[in-house]
Amino acid sequence: MEVDSPPPQPLSRWERGVWARADRWSLLVVGAALLLALPVLTVFVTALQPAGAVWRHLAATVLADYVRDSVLLMLGVGAGALLIGVPAAWLTSIHEFPGRRLFEWALLLPMAIPAYIIAYTYTGLLDFAGPVQATLREWFHWTRQDYWFPEIRSLPGAVAMLALVLYPYVYLLARAAFLDQSVAVLEVSRTLGAGPWRRFYAVSLPMARPALIAGVSLVQMEALADYGTVQYFGVGTFTTGIFRVWYGMNDSAAAAQLAALLLLFVFALLVFERLSRRRARFHHTGNRQYRPARLSFGGPWGWLATVACLIPLLFGFLIPAGQLTVWALRTAPRVVDGHFLQLLANSLLLALGAASLILLLALLLGYGQRLRPQPLVRVAVRSAGLGYAVPGTVIAIGVMLPFAAIDHSVDGWAREWLGVSTGLLLSGTLTALLFAYCARFLPVALHSVEAGLSRVRPSMDDAARSLGSTPRGMLWRVHIPMLRGSLLTALLLVFVDVLKELPATLILRPFNFNTLAVRTYELASDERLADSASFALAVVLAGIGPVILLSRAIGRSRPGYDAVP
Amino acid sequence: MSSLFKSRILSAVFFLLSGLLATSVLAGGEVNIYSARKEDLIKPLLDDFSKQTGIAVNLVTGKEEALLQRLQSEGANTPADVLLTSDAGRLSAAQKAGVLQAVKSETLTAHIPASYRDPAGYWYGLSVRARPVIYAKDRVKPGDLSTYEALADPKWKGRVCVRSSDSVYNQSLVAGMMSHHGEAKTEAWAKGLVANFARPPKGGDRDQIKAVAAGECDVTLANTYYLGGMADSQDEADKQAAAQVAVFWPDAKSTGVHVNVSGAGVTAHARNRDNAVKLLEFLTGDSAQRWYAETNNEYPVNPAIPPSATLKSWGEFKADTLNVAKLGELNAAAVRVMDRAGWK
Repeated sequence: MEVDSPPPQPLSRWERGVWARADRWSLLVVGAALLLALPVLTVFVTALQPAGAVWRHLAATVLADYVRDSVLLMLGVGAGALLIGVPAAWLTSIHEFPGRRLFEWALLLPMAIPAYIIAYTYTGLLDFAGPVQATLREWFHWTRQDYWFPEIRSLPGAVAMLALVLYPYVYLLARAAFLDQSVAVLEVSRTLGAGPWRRFYAVSLPMARPALIAGVSLVQMEALADYGTVQYFGVGTFTTGIFRVWYGMNDSAAAAQLAALLLLFVFALLVFERLSRRRARFHHTGNRQYRPARLSFGGPWGWLATVACLIPLLFGFLIPAGQLTVWALRTAPRVVDGHFLQLLANSLLLALGAASLILLLALLLGYGQRLRPQPLVRVAVRSAGLGYAVPGTVIAIGVMLPFAAIDHSVDGWAREWLGVSTGLLLSGTLTALLFAYCARFLPVALHSVEAGLSRVRPSMDDAARSLGSTPRGMLWRVHIPMLRGSLLTALLLVFVDVLKELPATLILRPFNFNTLAVRTYELASDERLADSASFALAVVLAGIGPVILLSRAIGRSRPGYDAVP
Repeated sequence: MSSLFKSRILSAVFFLLSGLLATSVLAGGEVNIYSARKEDLIKPLLDDFSKQTGIAVNLVTGKEEALLQRLQSEGANTPADVLLTSDAGRLSAAQKAGVLQAVKSETLTAHIPASYRDPAGYWYGLSVRARPVIYAKDRVKPGDLSTYEALADPKWKGRVCVRSSDSVYNQSLVAGMMSHHGEAKTEAWAKGLVANFARPPKGGDRDQIKAVAAGECDVTLANTYYLGGMADSQDEADKQAAAQVAVFWPDAKSTGVHVNVSGAGVTAHARNRDNAVKLLEFLTGDSAQRWYAETNNEYPVNPAIPPSATLKSWGEFKADTLNVAKLGELNAAAVRVMDRAGWK
């Protein structure tokens, strides 16, 4: 490992202590990152096994379609999330218009709805047999051949569904960035004659770039990893391919190779993105601690802003949640029983525990990378952040295999030396599940933490260090207070993500342990959508409380919020 | 801020510890199940079993392949005594992977016909599902229908809805055809069927039935219990849709209707082997078999049990007598055939 150029004179005791500590940071970060990358590494190792003749078959038949549909899905969902998330964030963070205070948190609500649930509800409403088309046919006496109606279960349909539930990632990170931005910069650009649009695209938008990129790459990774929606819509992506090869052709090596290919693709994209903004720096250099005045929209413009914010809320939340409520009211008496509270408690505790753990890890990795920006540290942190782009099932298997190997070696050792069997210490426990969540959702928290750190001026670090602060002291006393908004954002995102998480939970959970998401899935996948609605709605409601609380906290964390004008 | 964080750290640590402590349950009067059948479709039976025998049942549900992977990676230390799946092909895959053991039980052989269990006793069928043709009553005469193969006839152009070839139900159906007619003939058939699709495959079995009822297509292939579920539903729209369609049992004069089983096997390293066998015997016994029929409209494997009223209403049929293990062997080849035929 390379350390910055050593000082010329022999080190004093104090200095030696500092160097040792600094090295400990890199070791800690690299170690933690490698541990978290374990599932992804397992995928690569599994991919090294020889696969059957599946590849030739895939190349001759479906591979080209997988690639095309995956890329289109990724681009489409990314663009959709930007188009919805950025204007919404810009409007609610800088401007004043009717309903602004409500929209601030309400625009986050769609993220509490699992993607496959929104897909099911819209299909119920919009497909040929659904109420919308049936009503049209009745009104106009049409038959099937008489009219054209957009097909919801298609690639564009999948893009729309995923964009509607994923845009909050962009919205949240963009909003945190806009709120963090120096109002002074905006004031200066105004005094220099820039109009509102110019201030938006020439000043605010470029300054928010790390946050936007972070948001979009999260959205795109989640879109690539999605299985439920694309499978239901009959869209063949890499992810459906992985499962088809694994389940249908019983070839786990080829499935791992497809997954490895997907990982390499994402890694290349991330590296490319890093290179493209290598020289740019995004921290603020000036002070701007006074209460910002919101720019007021007058009359029709204000209402236009209201409508612009209402649209994603309507389609991403009100309609699907409304449909779920209608179903739930009908089926709840039959499906909700004494286990419901246990499910709720399991879901909430798991989500809270995982979110806290992941936030700590993200902080460790993000901050460690800032302290020690060496190539090795960076690569390690990047590879720990890949897990989000592969389906949760793949990550879960990547946890299961090494954990079982550990269990077996401990067991073998104990049998030989102590004459007792320790059985499975990790496999089939909540520890394994929590670890899988960490490996999968770390990037969500990491992106947010990194975006926040990139806005903290390095001169702050210099000042703190020159005043004698240790790296750890600086983290607690300088960075964490400054990062409060970003940290809360990270916590919220992971909390909601874990709340809805299905595949890893399904595979790794212990005996007799269920969550709301598992229950929802079991009923929905048995094509009992109406019966699953109560549980889906509970996931949404459990997510809303934290969404509102944290949104308030994020708003309060705006620089200058508490300062006297 | 920092005290909040410290309490979070504590809660995280607590969580890790509680995870460590809540390790897989240890032996006693119990039996541990990995089940690919959904909790709703097995738990009530397990509760009955516990009540009758005093044996505690621990359950974890999931997808077949994942559970199989879990069994394999846990090896000799696995806590699972029983693997329960909703498809015979997956059971024979589990047998090949070496995670099941053969068990002999006179009760089981008496309860289950030979085509619904493994010859060596590695696994036993628990319930039967049939995948017949379902057609729109107002647009299709039963006389127009005959076999699965006939659905590839050009007269059905634009009139067939079928779900994706990702579905194991279709993979199993095509595997069955392959074992009867060979790969080449089956592929030609699959191409013909794809040419008759009214729309690209999407949605589940219920969606296909709804599409037939709504007039988007005229015939489909679907498992009968989905139709039964719709007919028994409290949703008026589902009920109406179910009333507009009817079941046709194809291949009555030749190979018979495609059937598959949900089934279970005792794991190779089961610690509660006797309890596991008791459970299988219970699941193929009188009350459990009736439950399958009445609650989920599946056909009993046990021929001594009369089918429920809903099942009777669809009429009698001749089931394919091919051993369901064969379907698992041909599954991968079936997927490749469907890929080549352009069946999405």
